[in-house]
Amino acid sequence: MNAILPDPYTIPLEKLDPSSPNLFQNQEHWAYFERLRKEDPVHFVDSEDFGPYWSVTKFQDIMYVDSHHELFSSEPRIVLGHSNIDFDPPMFIAMDPPRHDEQRAAVTPAVAPKQLAELEPLIRGRVQAVLDGLPVGESFNWVDRVSIELTTQMLATLFDFPFEERHLLTHWSDVATENPELDVNGNGRTEEERRDILMECQQRFMEIWKERAGQAPKMDLISLLAHSPATAKMEPMELLGNMILLIVGGNDTTRNTMSASVYALNKFPEQYDKLRANPSHITSMISETIRWQTPLGHMRRIATEDTELGGKKIKKGDMVVMWYVSGNRDEDVIENANDYIIDRPRARHHVSFGFGIHRCMGNRLAEMQLRILWEEILQRFSKVEVLEEPKRVHSNFVMGYTDLQVKLHPL
Amino acid sequence: MPRITYIEFNGTEHTVDGDGGDSVMETAVKNEVPGIDADCGGGCACATCHIYVDEAWLTQVGERSPMEVSMLNLAEGVADNSRLSCQISLNESLDGLVVRMPESQH
Ligand code: HEM
Ligand code: FES
Repeated sequence: MNAILPDPYTIPLEKLDPSSPNLFQNQEHWAYFERLRKEDPVHFVDSEDFGPYWSVTKFQDIMYVDSHHELFSSEPRIVLGHSNIDFDPPMFIAMDPPRHDEQRAAVTPAVAPKQLAELEPLIRGRVQAVLDGLPVGESFNWVDRVSIELTTQMLATLFDFPFEERHLLTHWSDVATENPELDVNGNGRTEEERRDILMECQQRFMEIWKERAGQAPKMDLISLLAHSPATAKMEPMELLGNMILLIVGGNDTTRNTMSASVYALNKFPEQYDKLRANPSHITSMISETIRWQTPLGHMRRIATEDTELGGKKIKKGDMVVMWYVSGNRDEDVIENANDYIIDRPRARHHVSFGFGIHRCMGNRLAEMQLRILWEEILQRFSKVEVLEEPKRVHSNFVMGYTDLQVKLHPL
Repeated sequence: MPRITYIEFNGTEHTVDGDGGDSVMETAVKNEVPGIDADCGGGCACATCHIYVDEAWLTQVGERSPMEVSMLNLAEGVADNSRLSCQISLNESLDGLVVRMPESQH
């Protein structure tokens, strides 16, 4: 546990900085954002950790920034902070048009409705096997045994990556998202070690890439990239970037939604009852979980010209942070936003997937994975009981859990 | 009161009276016509209000803005008569408009 940080209402407004990862780990960020939404929705602060930046905390302002890519650039990075050495492999999430559009178009068929329908039975089979292997009546960490395991298996399925080696995918994702500057309680890997691991990742993908390029096209992500004219001649670093984007995009986010669904249904037991009584709420429950959790806390942009937002003058070159985690609690758009309500009308009206040309490419895939998980849970267990408060990730980007102790009750 | 007909992917027709100034998306949502998700609530920022405009009405509904073109890139099964329904505003000249829904919003 980190030291308790000061109550945000005792800090002078101009000094209020919601970006400290400790705030999120301790769940103290909510009060910071509540104050910012009320008193200074577009807020400038010179942050000790990250330098000067604007915090955008209301739903409509976030949507405005996200959907004006010509005013707010995604290059060169989309998270707070910067790396010490110039390694970041290029990824289309951190590119502006036209490069972004070409690369995204090349990868999109992998998550088209037809492809998802083909993946569904495969994913369901894997969910069933994982759930059937769980101990009933004793405590275990849901994050490791279910959320991480299933997400890893699903990634391996998506890439048609050798199944026995699937843990490499999660490992690479962890290394890629590691932020050495903020590695307070992490594993202390140096930037050079990180580079070496990602080079291994690149080599492995190049091998598979060459193999798939020489075969007839298949529907897995690597084959799609290797056969698409837009990406077939990708530079190795660009290839690495896109692979990492797809692993990272589908890893922490889905994993933490799986944990969040269990946690939220326990925190709001009447909602769990509602779900059990009427499993047709699964679809809206999943969207509500994605809103309530907000698996990615923010995205960052750089202003491309002098502009105005919420009455504030933003200068060309200024860093602008869209706090999705705050937008999803904006009472002007979402009624009783702090409550978890599984049958909310228009449950998909949230900012967790972002908006505009970078809007999450995997959103339907994520929803499908979660839907299958809950369809199978409800057929096996009367309750997944949370035994104690979870331990959380130390980050202002990944809103997640490291330990969620649960006990399963049979039907 | 411009009248609009929405045709679901499975062929089911819904004919409703819209209000001038509302969009084709808003009119569907207000009348609980299924098949349009409109996740962003009309901001031209999500592409989940994708519809096909009946060929006879293509000129009356006007042109796509550059942002609408960018967002349509995110949708599935886009055709020449594809539009984002939140970007078509109703007026009397659209009385009788016919639009069709895609299989799913993506
Ligand atoms: C609940 C789960 C998920 C959440 C909350 C989530 C969230 C996000 C967010 C916030 C963005 C950036 C949006 C913006 O800048 O406007 C994004 C982009 C992206 N996501 Fe997801 N994501 C999830 C699952 C997935 C999955 C399963 C995949 C796997 C295919 C994926 C792949 C991507 C990609 C490729 C992008 C970049 C899109 C672009 O730049 O055009 N995501 N996601
Ligand atoms: S409602 Fe989102 S683009 Fe039309």
